[in-house]
Amino acid sequence: MIPLLNIPTQILFGQLLLGLINGSFYALLSLGLAVIFGLLNIINFAHGALYMMGAFGAWLMLEYLGIGYWPALILSPLLVGAFGVLLEKAFLHRIYKLDHLYGLLLTFGLALIIEGLFRNYYGVSGQAYDAVPDLLKGGYNLGFMFLPIYRGWVVVASLIICFGTWFAIERTKLGSYLRAATENPKLVQAFGINVPRMITLTYGFGVALAAMAGVLAAPIYHVSPLMGSDIIIVVFAVVVIGGMGSIVGAVVSGFGLGLIEGMTKVFYPEASNTVIFVVMAIVLLVKPAGLFGKAA
Amino acid sequence: MSTMNVETPAAIPGTSNLTKLALVALLVLALVAPFGFYPIFLMKALCFALFAAAFNLLLGYGGLLSFGHAAFFGGAAYIAAHVVKVLGWPPELGLIAGTAVAAVMGLLIGWLAIRRQGIYFAMVTLALAQMIYFVALEAKFTHGEDGIQAVPRGKFLGLLDLSDTNTMYYFVLVIFALAFWLIYRTINSPFGQVLKAIRENEPRAISLGYRVDHYKLLAFTLSAALAGLAGSMKALVFQLASLTDVDWRMSGQVVLMTLVGGVGTVFGPLVGAFILVTMENYLAQFGSWVTVIQGLIFVICVLTFRKGIVGEIAELIRRTKGERSSGGGGGH
Repeated sequence: MIPLLNIPTQILFGQLLLGLINGSFYALLSLGLAVIFGLLNIINFAHGALYMMGAFGAWLMLEYLGIGYWPALILSPLLVGAFGVLLEKAFLHRIYKLDHLYGLLLTFGLALIIEGLFRNYYGVSGQAYDAVPDLLKGGYNLGFMFLPIYRGWVVVASLIICFGTWFAIERTKLGSYLRAATENPKLVQAFGINVPRMITLTYGFGVALAAMAGVLAAPIYHVSPLMGSDIIIVVFAVVVIGGMGSIVGAVVSGFGLGLIEGMTKVFYPEASNTVIFVVMAIVLLVKPAGLFGKAA
Repeated sequence: MSTMNVETPAAIPGTSNLTKLALVALLVLALVAPFGFYPIFLMKALCFALFAAAFNLLLGYGGLLSFGHAAFFGGAAYIAAHVVKVLGWPPELGLIAGTAVAAVMGLLIGWLAIRRQGIYFAMVTLALAQMIYFVALEAKFTHGEDGIQAVPRGKFLGLLDLSDTNTMYYFVLVIFALAFWLIYRTINSPFGQVLKAIRENEPRAISLGYRVDHYKLLAFTLSAALAGLAGSMKALVFQLASLTDVDWRMSGQVVLMTLVGGVGTVFGPLVGAFILVTMENYLAQFGSWVTVIQGLIFVICVLTFRKGIVGEIAELIRRTKGERSSGGGGGH
């Protein structure tokens, strides 16, 4: 084994992989936030809570219905997405005419309710989710590092999901409606497109993305009611750094910051929790609109 | 960002007298309150009332929603607790140290945050406050999960023994009254007027020649310092500084207090703080249901009750006054 800067390569690449995995979740979550913000002009504070619901969905299905990983990967996002549609119908659509800050406050309230309810029934310690299918068990020794298959799968899966979302929005007919409605909802409505329904479904889709990230995360982290609030603030910082203007921006900054965080764990572990916020502060100084953002 | 607020009651003719009357009534009430209520509860409510009033100065009058005020509240609590307990400073210096550190933190965080507006401002403050949380989690002097416990209250100016609960109550009340007076004066000063102008129409304020960023930064720093004073006081009252004080939920709580009471009203934060502290007292046994109920109140407030309690009352007074004056043939 060749040590690099006195750090064993196994540790270095191990942490880089961990960084990539965290980055996958940052990317998926900030992608959902960006899609929702584009059309609804709401920063979805409940995004973390819905990510947590996705993970819990998978765990509950396994625990009570014996439903395994693969079905849960589809079912849990569908169910949580449907729940998101309900939230939009019941609450969010009432406040589109108000100042955007009310959207933040409303979804903050929703996040408290969801998190509180789950804490009430499942405590804060978290549950283990051991339903990784055989296909994804084990790992490869790549020579310079050991790659657990599941972790590799998370990175690949999130890249596929991100690419799929980018393709759907930037390259399909439906996506062009969505982009048009982001620019000018009234005009698109005048062309006979049901914009309110599109808004509802967009929210549901963004929420489903969060839930899918939750299912992917379930076998890696403990499924805990607090897992959402732990990650959402970091994702907000990622969003401030990347700017919410573009999908590519959200994905690139998600993965990039995950890697930076992983590197920090190797070289200066004390700062690993704060490094993303420090990066955010620097970006605010140098390019206040965010790396990929348009000037506000 | 013009809808995120309510007109100040002082803007209506005659209500300024009403405000003064309410101030006097509140002061009398506060002086006799320890005879009817548990002083620790009252002190907790006063600390949070000051915290919320400081927050409201920024949101209600500057139109800036900070989602990171727990950093100043909790950060100052740690500093005050540390200098009093470990360095043996007297309580008055503890309060000053906590407030000063909060002011410096406010200056730095505000300097970064005012580069963005609206929603981004809220997210930036939230993220920077989370950074402070992690610093508090990992720094040595904060003692991690334990926090700084058994902070001595000491003697004020070496004379007044604050370990006596009633003495402590009046000490807290005096500081609260002074700080609240400062906020009241700020709101009604030319500086406060410019802040409101920025809140209503920032480009216009710029075109009128105001250096908007300076005003925002000063308001942010002042708000942070006063939130720090509230946090330092809280550390002395409960003789404890802990991670709860710097947690993002604490930032959410102060937003909720202000929202319930009435954003941009003089008394709203006080009313909201008292209601939520009372609620927390009664619901403490129900554990995480408190979080659920707070979330519900958030949702209800945003959907149907955006003016808050004091805001609704002010609206009612304004309407009856309007009716009376129009009924009297436009008397004045």
